[in-house]
Amino acid sequence: MSAPTIPAPTASVAPARRARVGKRRTSEAARKQRRRNSLLALLAWVIGLIFVAPIVWMVLTSLHSEANAATNPPSLFAPLTLQSYANFFGSASGASPWPPLINSAIISVLATLVVLVLSIPAAYSLSIRPVRKWSDAMFFFLTTKMLPMVAGLLPIYLIAKALGMLDTLGLMIILYSAMNLPIAIWMMRSFLAEIPVELVEAASVDGASLLLTFRRIILPLASPGIVATSLICFIFSWNELLFANVLTSTSSYTAPVFLTSFVTSEGLFLSKVCAASIVISLPVLIAGFAAQDKLVQGLSLGAVK
Amino acid sequence: MSTATLNAAEHQASGRAAAWLKRLPLLPALIFMIIVTQLPFVATLVISFIHWNALYPNDVTFTWFDNYAQVFTDAQFWSSALTTVLMTVIVVLVSLVIGLIIAVLLDRSFRGRAIVRTIMIAPFLIVPIAAALVWKHAIFNPSYGLLNGILTWIWGLFGQAAAAPQPDWVSSQPLMAVCAALIWQWTPFMMLILLAGLQGRPLDVIEAARIDGASTWQIFRFMTLPHLRPYLELSALLGCIYIVQNFDAVFTITSGGLGTANLPYTIYQTFFEAHDYGQASAEGVVVVIASMAIAILVLRTVSSLLREEKR
Repeated sequence: MSAPTIPAPTASVAPARRARVGKRRTSEAARKQRRRNSLLALLAWVIGLIFVAPIVWMVLTSLHSEANAATNPPSLFAPLTLQSYANFFGSASGASPWPPLINSAIISVLATLVVLVLSIPAAYSLSIRPVRKWSDAMFFFLTTKMLPMVAGLLPIYLIAKALGMLDTLGLMIILYSAMNLPIAIWMMRSFLAEIPVELVEAASVDGASLLLTFRRIILPLASPGIVATSLICFIFSWNELLFANVLTSTSSYTAPVFLTSFVTSEGLFLSKVCAASIVISLPVLIAGFAAQDKLVQGLSLGAVK
Repeated sequence: MSTATLNAAEHQASGRAAAWLKRLPLLPALIFMIIVTQLPFVATLVISFIHWNALYPNDVTFTWFDNYAQVFTDAQFWSSALTTVLMTVIVVLVSLVIGLIIAVLLDRSFRGRAIVRTIMIAPFLIVPIAAALVWKHAIFNPSYGLLNGILTWIWGLFGQAAAAPQPDWVSSQPLMAVCAALIWQWTPFMMLILLAGLQGRPLDVIEAARIDGASTWQIFRFMTLPHLRPYLELSALLGCIYIVQNFDAVFTITSGGLGTANLPYTIYQTFFEAHDYGQASAEGVVVVIASMAIAILVLRTVSSLLREEKR
């Protein structure tokens, strides 16, 4: 520091000078800091743009005519048209996309409801009034998620065939519920675990029935968790392909299956593939963006709030 | 915890009936899961001992371990096991690293931060099969894909458009092509969890370290990283669970060809294309046992997570 070099007589001036020097030094440091900050911000923007580029490209291609979509180098500024979307929804391509979209919507929504109905009570008895060895039960649910689902595909196919359930919405709803239930239980448990037990006990001391306690205290407090859980279940159900591809055909096929089927039958199709991909991703994009913060909670099984 | 002792007392007092009443809300979920996910595995186990090809319905016999012998001597099965491990490790590691970098960048305030965060999430919200299709046809395609289009454009700037290299990405680097699409989809996932972890850091402690003269790197290395450890473990674990089971990308981009068939795809093929039910089941059993072994190891990690959460 400069303090020892300052002669005693000028001590009265020193603080001011020191302050001025200090200011100059900090402003230089600040400038350096600012430059570093803006460089880092630039880096963040560059990475972000690289990651979103395929989606921008997808949207742009879907808005070009097939001829303009298949040029090299890409014709970025070709005239925009909604022709591919019209072709996708119209009959020009053969099968209409509406039945699979509706199937997917029904399956995803109902599977999510089943998951909620089963997971909330289960989470209750794993957190608020925990059964003995509740963590064993938690691990059981988690291991079912770690087992490769594909190993159960054949017996499920055979059983569904024997029961006459192949190619039905009901079968897919049951399977997707089972697929998402472990995640939902883990998530719901972590949300319910945050509710003070005293609150629940106080309610029951005051004579509230279990159902009333549930409706008036637990459900409102757990509602962010319920939203997060529903969101994740919906997205995973909507996205699933392997089981739907094997177990459904003409009457209950889902949007992802539809997407695989029409690609094989087309010639010049790039723009239409992009249009179809966007349309089919739209529900997930909307749900995901609408609840960005819930997405984090859901993806981390409720461990991250 | 006091409730634990309370619960223990309750148990002794009211006995079995109360214990069952307490389990009641758990039972529907438990029974549902056992029926839908465990019983099929029992069936898989039984079928794995049967010689059964759907193309020859009259030739169904009990064969002991023949199917297993076939699985263990099947070079394709082993190579798909290796592919699964490779694909999972590459995708999880790379997307963790990129996700961490972006999370750190997004943890600071700058102009447009909310926009960058939002566009970073987008890849995760594209339906996987749609993402795989777009990568295969609109990006990797050798004659009109985005990558080669950009190459032509860059070479075109120097008047050499015709000389631009036009590699066939999928057939020259099949595994990397699949991994690239998967990394693109899973990096946002890692980023979201890590970003949430970063934002839970105790800022006052970090401020104190900075005042004491710790460099940015030191703070990152000795404070941020240890704090992030459970988040890194969690995102790696979840990433592994999903990517080991990946089917869509392999099915779409390479159809399992060129050495990219992973285990789910191979089992799907044995079952759905070769119609060899016996062998598909044996493959399934082997994969289940292997994943259980790995899962037990991994569960220890999770159990530490669980303990921490309980604390």
